[in-house]
Amino acid sequence: MSTESVPDPTILNPRDAIVRVFLSSVCGSDLHLLGGYIPAMRAGDIIGHEFMGEIIEVGPEVKKLKKGDRVVVCSVLACGGCEFCQREEYSLCDNSNAEPEWTEKAYGYPVAGIFGYSHALGGYAGSHAEYTRIPFADNTCFKVPDGVSNESALFTSDAFPTGYMAADFAGIEPGDTVVVWGAGGVGLMAMHSAWLLGAGRVIAIDQYPYRLEQARTRANAEVLNFREVDVLQALKEMTGGRGPDRCIDCVGMEANSTGIEKIYDYAKQYARLQNDRPAVLRQAIMACRKGGTVSVIGVYGGFIDKFPMGAAMNKGLTFRMGQQFGQRYIPKLLDIVAKGEVDPAYLLTHKLSLDMGQEGYMMFKEKTNNNMRSVFAPAG
Amino acid sequence: MANTSKTFAPPNQNQYEKQEPTKHITNVGTTGRVISLLGGAALAYNGWARKNSPLGKGLTAAGTYLVLRGVSGFCPVSKALQIDTAHADSGGFEITTSVTILKPRNEVYQFWRQLENLPKFMEYLEEVKQTDARRSHWVAKVPKNIVNKEKLTAIAWDAEILQEEKDSRIAWRSLPNSEVQNSGEVRFTDAPANRGTVVQATIGYHPPLGAAGQLAAKLLNPAFEELVKQDLRRFKRLLEAGEIPTIIGQPSGRKDENY
Repeated sequence: MSTESVPDPTILNPRDAIVRVFLSSVCGSDLHLLGGYIPAMRAGDIIGHEFMGEIIEVGPEVKKLKKGDRVVVCSVLACGGCEFCQREEYSLCDNSNAEPEWTEKAYGYPVAGIFGYSHALGGYAGSHAEYTRIPFADNTCFKVPDGVSNESALFTSDAFPTGYMAADFAGIEPGDTVVVWGAGGVGLMAMHSAWLLGAGRVIAIDQYPYRLEQARTRANAEVLNFREVDVLQALKEMTGGRGPDRCIDCVGMEANSTGIEKIYDYAKQYARLQNDRPAVLRQAIMACRKGGTVSVIGVYGGFIDKFPMGAAMNKGLTFRMGQQFGQRYIPKLLDIVAKGEVDPAYLLTHKLSLDMGQEGYMMFKEKTNNNMRSVFAPAG
Repeated sequence: MANTSKTFAPPNQNQYEKQEPTKHITNVGTTGRVISLLGGAALAYNGWARKNSPLGKGLTAAGTYLVLRGVSGFCPVSKALQIDTAHADSGGFEITTSVTILKPRNEVYQFWRQLENLPKFMEYLEEVKQTDARRSHWVAKVPKNIVNKEKLTAIAWDAEILQEEKDSRIAWRSLPNSEVQNSGEVRFTDAPANRGTVVQATIGYHPPLGAAGQLAAKLLNPAFEELVKQDLRRFKRLLEAGEIPTIIGQPSGRKDENY
């Protein structure tokens, strides 16, 4: 990865706008791209998909936005006119992926475009830049309410709506015990969201003490470090032998695990015999109480191995999953942030210039300096 | 998009009308035609194999042009139209593919029936002009780099609407004597439960140059199938989204490319 000068983006379609980027965050899913686990990256691609800024230009068919609007930009693109957009299942949009052949071949049908997220998801230039072109701008940009800072608004682009959707999909009933694997940005937002949706108890699982500390102090969660305890046994004990009601995977395809499972998954992924390391998903299925829900928001790209289908089937589990339907949730979440019910700004631990791209990602990947999120601020 | 090559309605025998073999006016020598055909097929196939990149699409476009030029007119073998069935088994091929569009059937039909709209979503059309109620003049899009290099001129032909049922069916073919023969049929039906309109297009081709033509057809079949599917997808996108999403022209760290 490097920082280079490229031409500024221009309006290419009538519904486009150009945003001057104020803040652009790294995301755990970028690590899948940089690690080579998503095959449709090309040298020269601009990454970054979680961002906010100011509208500086709009195309002739943009109706709701004007120059000077301060907006948060949804990471997922949606045309608004197709069957899936009409159902508010925006990341399933039929039309927003400019290179639909990839996912049509890999998944049977094409899925929505996402900024800076490989050519499989449209090949759109991402937001780690001074300016970014925004397709379907009226559907993609959301005006930030006065009084909400750039830092607080930023994570309503992706981390908050993604975490919120995970909790929403978990089908939380009042008093439920909700377990969230992964105490990164999305996981923490899923914990806040679980409380908002009526959870009686929230348990966070991770391996980094500083992240578990954030879960405990910011998101009021009980915490388990999977390096220190047997997670399945601990969860069973904590729930009186009954098991957690709702299990949320906020980790995805590069899960860390321990023992023989770790060696097995790393070896197979290294040899490209499986794309994804599904340790969290397996554990969530095994941990979940009978009749409970497993909600998957951590990203998977391809095939997984040793999937405990027997446990899932015989326990009557419900699965919900998907890339975020951001447009469905962002207005509500901006409102929650404006009221001060949740302030995601604490995720921003390191604000850096674009030139610091490598350092920002290195800290984030290696979990050094208690990094939660590196955020690039092109304008300083 | 579904690929349903066997589902369209069986031919109505009453409409059967055997055509006299078409005499093409050619302006490219035979050797040039064969070279152009094979080279074009290879180029288009190569482009199709790399179709996930705009570069691949460009190759397909250039190759398709050369093939059109080389065969100097595909004989259509659309079974749906019952044109020239004598050639149906001699190496020709036929493509049927469909797409569902979340718009009312009359609106979808009207957009297509306004033939001037076709170049907005058909990648290889430059222009279509309706000349009277049934006839129209079609001009193919020619990649500029190819034109300059090969000193080729525009490809144009005239077509007529053979059958038309308002809001449900349009069938056309190019006129005999056209340099390029182009034919097709599009059916419009309601998707179940108010889920829009199913558009099913059938396009047939027959290469007339014997073994070389058949080889080209074999190579090109997947490429043409892909072209037809992509055109239908672009049609859907234009109607549902109001524009066709693109990344061509955006910045990247690749200095030599425009996306």
